[in-house]
Amino acid sequence: MRGAAGGLLVAFLLLAATAPWITSNSPERPFDDRAFAPPMRVHVRDAEGWHAPFVYRQQLVHRTRRIYVEDHVARVPLRWLSTGRLVSIDPAAGPLLWCGADALGRDLCARLVYGARLSLGVAVLGASGALLLGALLGGVAGATGGRLDTLIMTVADFVLVLPVVYLVMVLRATRPLVISPAEVFWLMATLFALAAWPDVARGVRAIVATERTRDYAAAARALGAGPWRVITQLLPAAYGFLRIEFVLLIPALLVAESTISFVGFGFEGATPSWGGLLKDSEALTAMYSAPWLLLPAAALFVVVLALQTVAGSRASLGASVVDTTAARR
Amino acid sequence: MNHATAAQVIRRVVAALVLVLSVSTAAFTLARLAPGDETTADVMEGVDAETIARKRERLGLDRPFPVQLAHFTWDLLRLDLGESASYDRPVAALVAERGANTARLAFAALLLATLVGLPLGVVTGAYAGTWVARLLSTVSIAVLACPPLVAVLALLYIAATTGWMSVATGDLLVPSLALGLPVAATLERLQSQATQDAMASPDLLAAAARGIPPLRLVWVHAARQSLRPVLGVYGIVIGSLFSGSMAVEFATSWPGLGRLMLDAVQFSDVRLVAGCVFAGGICLAVGNLVADGLRTLVDPRVRDLV
Repeated sequence: MRGAAGGLLVAFLLLAATAPWITSNSPERPFDDRAFAPPMRVHVRDAEGWHAPFVYRQQLVHRTRRIYVEDHVARVPLRWLSTGRLVSIDPAAGPLLWCGADALGRDLCARLVYGARLSLGVAVLGASGALLLGALLGGVAGATGGRLDTLIMTVADFVLVLPVVYLVMVLRATRPLVISPAEVFWLMATLFALAAWPDVARGVRAIVATERTRDYAAAARALGAGPWRVITQLLPAAYGFLRIEFVLLIPALLVAESTISFVGFGFEGATPSWGGLLKDSEALTAMYSAPWLLLPAAALFVVVLALQTVAGSRASLGASVVDTTAARR
Repeated sequence: MNHATAAQVIRRVVAALVLVLSVSTAAFTLARLAPGDETTADVMEGVDAETIARKRERLGLDRPFPVQLAHFTWDLLRLDLGESASYDRPVAALVAERGANTARLAFAALLLATLVGLPLGVVTGAYAGTWVARLLSTVSIAVLACPPLVAVLALLYIAATTGWMSVATGDLLVPSLALGLPVAATLERLQSQATQDAMASPDLLAAAARGIPPLRLVWVHAARQSLRPVLGVYGIVIGSLFSGSMAVEFATSWPGLGRLMLDAVQFSDVRLVAGCVFAGGICLAVGNLVADGLRTLVDPRVRDLV
């Protein structure tokens, strides 16, 4: 189970990394007469018998009701590894749309793969930042104790009860309405790191505080190690906790990013994230007539499920709860 | 309640109040820094300059920012949240009304999660290994990976294609299911684990040896023991309900605090933004205090140590 989930995650990362070669079309290009076009089906057989995989050209037969039919006159064979794309078809036969098209006739498959870059990127970067901050502050608090410890943990308690989603919205509003995806990316990753570190810090502090009483820590101090050096000696004890926390933070931040983009305060416009893409599906009519617009939600579900499986069910439920209660004692 | 506990409670309440006040002030400052103000929409609609000037004066926008901030903070200390420019109503009334809606949704979701999650968790924990327990656990693990955003879209899709559920605005079923089901799965998994641990404990073995009937063993003895770890998670759950309700409110047009906040930010209604953050902070702080209180009630060790 865990192996399969891990493989799935690697596959998603690879997809995101190789987006320009995997996708058949640009994510930003609107195709004429392809608004809400359904996903294309791959065929290997027709009346004449078996063939190499091919598709049929899509034809719009009713513009206002958006009815498409497959044009069975000619087979359109799939071309592999040509024009720098993994799979493509003759441009004369129209765009290749694996997952259908959105309201503007853009390739949803390409948008999904490019969206993975933003969604996964922000989550991984935010989680790394939170881990770094949490390990550092929690380590210092646990290793030194006393007033510094109280101060850091009080700040952590404060941050924990902040209405984070609201604050992200207010902060987003301080920037002009249209800002570049790169700016949204860094803004969001920074905010996530700043919002998520307290949980990490609490766990690390609890672990480091118990390690501090061990003989090897006393030995290090007796040998004249400074406070900083002692912390670097103690921190490896929290490695297992940090690893699990990292795997658990990513789905949480993935969901946070999607929610913020979904309500219109994150990635949107030409290259949105998964949450931004879901904004298009939200209208009930779109959901009914173009259910493929819900594919980003499916992707979100699969990635979160895979990450939770990798972390282990017991860890994903117990770790944070147990450690935070332990940290309070 | 002894003196030490009382002092502890008072200290927590004061800390929470300070936090809420400072976060609201920060929200006010940030929202003021944002481009545009309450009259931007009027300017774009071509309202004449004199009306706009009057509105700016009424809202105090003609004064320098430090003065505005001082006024805001002073009002806040007297628990006066001011007037919403876009709704022409007192912010306090608006926030209370919408906050009540969000609270209603969150409470329904929490109730649903508790009523569904805890009993199922006892079943899967006590009868682990049977096919019923395996099936329920699998479903639960899948639902656990459905954040409210995914859950609400899936439910809306089911409702739109089958017509089983009403999707009318104001109908509580879809939003509370979307918000409550992931929480129900969390509680189910925790309760299951806790019940398994309890069933394996020596005192349960002793109770079984004394001839206590199996049903009583599971639903009274094991359930009571497993209460503690599960109650501990309620504080975290309240926080997640609060942030998850944003997506649900947006997708189902639920007239809650999240939607109000969205509108407030979009209209740069600064007083309303600060008011929403104030209400959100209060909700979270109360949730945390209640959760800690619950934990203290069920776990004497925490009581002794705080």
